Amino acid sequence: MTDMTQTAPPRGQSFEHDLEKSDRTVAAFERTKRGPLGTIQHGLHGNPTLVPVIVLGLSIAAFGLIAGGKFFSAFNLTLIMQQVSIIGILAAAQSLIILTAGIDLSVAAIMVLMSVIAGNLAVYMGVPAPVALLVAFAGGTGAGLMNGFLVTKVKLPPFITTLGTWSIFYALNLWLSGAQSIRSQDIDKAAPLLKFFGNTIAIGNARVTYGSILMIVVFLALWFLLNKTAWGRHVYAVGDDKEAAELAGIRTDRTLLSVYGLAGLVCAIAAWASIGRVGSISPQAYYEANLHSITAVVIGGISLFGGRGSILGALFGALIVGVFQSGLRLADVDVLWQVFAIGWLIIIAVAIDQWIRKVSA
Amino acid sequence: MKFAKGCVVGLCASVALVGIATGASAQTSACLITKTDTNPFFVKMKEGAVAKANELGIKLNTYAGKIDGDVESQVAAVESCMAAGAKGILITPSDSRALAPVVEKARAAGALVIALDTPFEPADTADATFATDNFKAGEMIGEWAKARMGDKAADAKIAFLDLNASQVSVDYLRDQGFMKGFGIDVKDAKKIGDEDDPRIVGHDVTNGNEEGGRKAMENLLQKDPGVDLVYTINEPAAAGAYEALKAVGLENQATIVSIDGGCPGVQNVKEGIIGATSMQFPLLMASKGVEAIAAFAKDGTKPQNSEGLDFYNTGVTLITDHPVDGIDSISSDEGLKQCWG
Repeated sequence: MTDMTQTAPPRGQSFEHDLEKSDRTVAAFERTKRGPLGTIQHGLHGNPTLVPVIVLGLSIAAFGLIAGGKFFSAFNLTLIMQQVSIIGILAAAQSLIILTAGIDLSVAAIMVLMSVIAGNLAVYMGVPAPVALLVAFAGGTGAGLMNGFLVTKVKLPPFITTLGTWSIFYALNLWLSGAQSIRSQDIDKAAPLLKFFGNTIAIGNARVTYGSILMIVVFLALWFLLNKTAWGRHVYAVGDDKEAAELAGIRTDRTLLSVYGLAGLVCAIAAWASIGRVGSISPQAYYEANLHSITAVVIGGISLFGGRGSILGALFGALIVGVFQSGLRLADVDVLWQVFAIGWLIIIAVAIDQWIRKVSA
Repeated sequence: MKFAKGCVVGLCASVALVGIATGASAQTSACLITKTDTNPFFVKMKEGAVAKANELGIKLNTYAGKIDGDVESQVAAVESCMAAGAKGILITPSDSRALAPVVEKARAAGALVIALDTPFEPADTADATFATDNFKAGEMIGEWAKARMGDKAADAKIAFLDLNASQVSVDYLRDQGFMKGFGIDVKDAKKIGDEDDPRIVGHDVTNGNEEGGRKAMENLLQKDPGVDLVYTINEPAAAGAYEALKAVGLENQATIVSIDGGCPGVQNVKEGIIGATSMQFPLLMASKGVEAIAAFAKDGTKPQNSEGLDFYNTGVTLITDHPVDGIDSISSDEGLKQCWG
């Protein structure tokens, strides 16, 4: 051993010496020079929530300038939060489904049906309010699982499945409610707990309802589940490419079923919040809220093709719609032009999404 | 065996067909097409129509749109009625103009078409209209509000909670009627929003339900927190408006007036949530409509309009617990005996 160190022969074999002279950079994609637009495109591809955040910031600033103090006040900004809270929570449920490359037209119908069930039980049948709410939560989860079953086991496309269940749940709602609203005053008497999320915290001029807080909590909880748990990664994987996810050993049907069940539960939570928001239980309210929830999700930069986008985007999407409606109204713009503006927002949002998807490595 | 079975089935089918055919020729058939089957107003209307049809031995088919403004479903319903050979069609048009062409076709095919609740534009698109005088209904609560406010009416701040963006006739008739009753220059009486009276805080739309009513009230309070009078298109919208006012502690500052006469609405008058409401009578519209179809089927007589109006007026009654001089009204307790839904 000592001899060898003394003679100090060259280490390794001869070809290794030649290697020293070769290019030593690690294998990499060739980096073509990107223009500023390309850099933006790449940045957005990595952070899909960036677009809605920027749009939200810009629109608040713009309407602050146009409509002035009436818009840009703590009271109005918290009012917008209140007004979007229900659509926001529904958009959270909708995001779950859209992340799996599905779509859920039945979210609002599940919500209204569950509010009617909870109301009938608690106000008319004397069931304790917590039990009535638990029944609604179970019912919402069940309704979601029914959608999930039809999608995974009967292999129906989500659009068709939920188009059907939308009508089914809506009809059940009319049957159970007799098409009659339950009056606010009757709820106060029999089951004030149902209106819990209508309570308000006043901070200066700001009026933050429990419902607004609930919306944010729902989003944060779902964000955690989607981003910090194995289940969440599975949801993204299934949405991105179901076959690949299956080959990677993910039980895709089971994942999908759990997503639909969870979305149903979130709708039932929205039902509770909606009673606080509206005051009464109205079988006729929120008829088009399913479409509004999809609007929020799309404007929030979540891809309709599944697997891409952050659920927080839907929160910003819902807020953008609320800011536009409030701002345009305070600027005395007719209702039909508000509808017009939201329409363009949707188209622009999806166009941006398509552009980002085209990103080249 | 298979062949024989087929024969039996075929025989059954033809017997059944003959049965249907004879049934149809013996019985007058009619249709009722409502805007929705969700609104208790139309539920009550349907009840009235079904009861009267049973009494007179008329076969009544009922149809409804999915939501207010759902024109396609109503067009399809009129077409189904024509296909079924209905002698008469009772319809509450979701859109006063859009349904005119299909209604003309139905009349050309020999059916008597009667508009219920919402008139067509022009009203003679249908053979007759059995409706609440919606302008009058608005006028009554406008007059009541003016009298109730007294001197303060001169600088009132009024929020208008209307139906939707398409300004259907029931929407502008009630809105503009209220303005006339209150003493506001309505300019074009068919257009909401062209007025320049400074007492108008603004108009917003509610879709006629609680959620929309609350949101619209919140928006108008944003424009002017001093609102002290709220006109609402119907009582669910009024209930929503009250929630919005209560949320900011202004429920005692503003008086809410409404139109409809649904039982929850009249109950809200009793509890002081709504100041006054104009009650209409959907059951009467429907039962009169069915009677008219029966008369038409018998000898071709067509119903006549009320004097001075282009429709048959089924009446309006003001419900309030704060009666004012010179305006006829009944109390909420009386109202609860007559309310619908």
